[in-house]
Amino acid sequence: MLIDLFSIRRTMKETFDTFSLELEPQYGEKSFTFAPGQFNMLYVYGVGEVPISISGDPTRHKSLIHTTREVGTVTRAMRKLKVGDTLGVRGPYGSSWPVEKAVGCDVVIVAGGIGLAPLRPVIYYILSHREKYGKVVLLYGTRTPEDILFRKDLEKWRGRFDLETHLTVDRATGSWHGNVGVVTTLIGRAPFDPLNCMAMVCGPEIMMRFTVLELQKRGVEDGKIFISMERNMKCGIGLCGHCQLGPTFVCKEGPVYTYKNLKDVFLKREM
Amino acid sequence: MENLERILKEHPFLAGLEDKYIKLLVGCASNVAFKAGEYIFREGEDANQFFFIRHGKVKVETYIPQQGSIIIRTRGEGDIFGWSWLVPPYKWHFDARAVELTRVIALDGKCLRTKCEEDHDLGYEIMKRFSLIIAERLEQTRLQLLDVYGNSTKK
Repeated sequence: MLIDLFSIRRTMKETFDTFSLELEPQYGEKSFTFAPGQFNMLYVYGVGEVPISISGDPTRHKSLIHTTREVGTVTRAMRKLKVGDTLGVRGPYGSSWPVEKAVGCDVVIVAGGIGLAPLRPVIYYILSHREKYGKVVLLYGTRTPEDILFRKDLEKWRGRFDLETHLTVDRATGSWHGNVGVVTTLIGRAPFDPLNCMAMVCGPEIMMRFTVLELQKRGVEDGKIFISMERNMKCGIGLCGHCQLGPTFVCKEGPVYTYKNLKDVFLKREM
Repeated sequence: MENLERILKEHPFLAGLEDKYIKLLVGCASNVAFKAGEYIFREGEDANQFFFIRHGKVKVETYIPQQGSIIIRTRGEGDIFGWSWLVPPYKWHFDARAVELTRVIALDGKCLRTKCEEDHDLGYEIMKRFSLIIAERLEQTRLQLLDVYGNSTKK
């Protein structure tokens, strides 16, 4: 529960309402390790604390990158912070994407909107251990071309022969030469073996629901589909109960679940 | 023709269709190429064809005054597009344009409509397949309308 002090090394505007902060520890040579999919509680002094997914490279331990959308008081204050300002960090918390279990398998990553942020560490990790995996496919959907996150990364990834990257937007004007349509339309023809793959899905719940249906249509087993859930997390360690989802706490047993374990709750309304 | 027959026969859309019907479709089919930016059809024109994309990408768009062309969907290799030939008044409701050099198999829908009237078994097979496509498009359009990614874009 102890808060570590971090300084802001760099701020990055990703889209009109989404930004990333690169942080470094204020004291000593402390390094920071996390597993892809985990989150930290970030504390803006005098304002409040919020859970934010870690969006940086898990193989680099000297700095931490978080990406978030400006949606409330704390993230609004966070966006105003400048290089050198202090943030409190607790974590990392929660479960992670199954990057070890996926060794030897094809990996299909489906991200919607800001859902790419918690999945970016998976891509970094896989690319730095590329020989251990089969085909790797990234399918990413956003609302418009202006809402695409991590453009530089996506450009690099699209240039690689060992990572199949497909982007689509829900709406676009004539100048856009990419795909238009919901992200689920990309799943049908994505080049992966449904019988030997791990699917990692993150985005709005409704997008994940339809993505799961498409993956099931392709023949991917429920136990090999992983989704990341979002609930109102406060303590981060499964004590306060704010983020209870059925019999689990998202901050502790989640945010990453297998669809098989969560489907009874996931498909239930008012949960 | 042999090549066209093989392509149509192997396409998942026509899986399970009797050989005699495949042959009939081949009789209504032709290979066509569109350059990047070229219109395949335009809103309001007679809809007498549908297309299998062999290579390339097509955007379906509509024109909004003072806003210009808005892309509604894109279709790529292996996709089928165009079903206005199947329902009256047989007019295209949108524009379709090649994004890049695009090769398609164009099927004469007008000819096929007549064949379907004459042979209801064929009509049923075609309707069964197109109803799946129409349902899929409807579902995808609903998802697009839901605007699942939330906040509206500001500049």
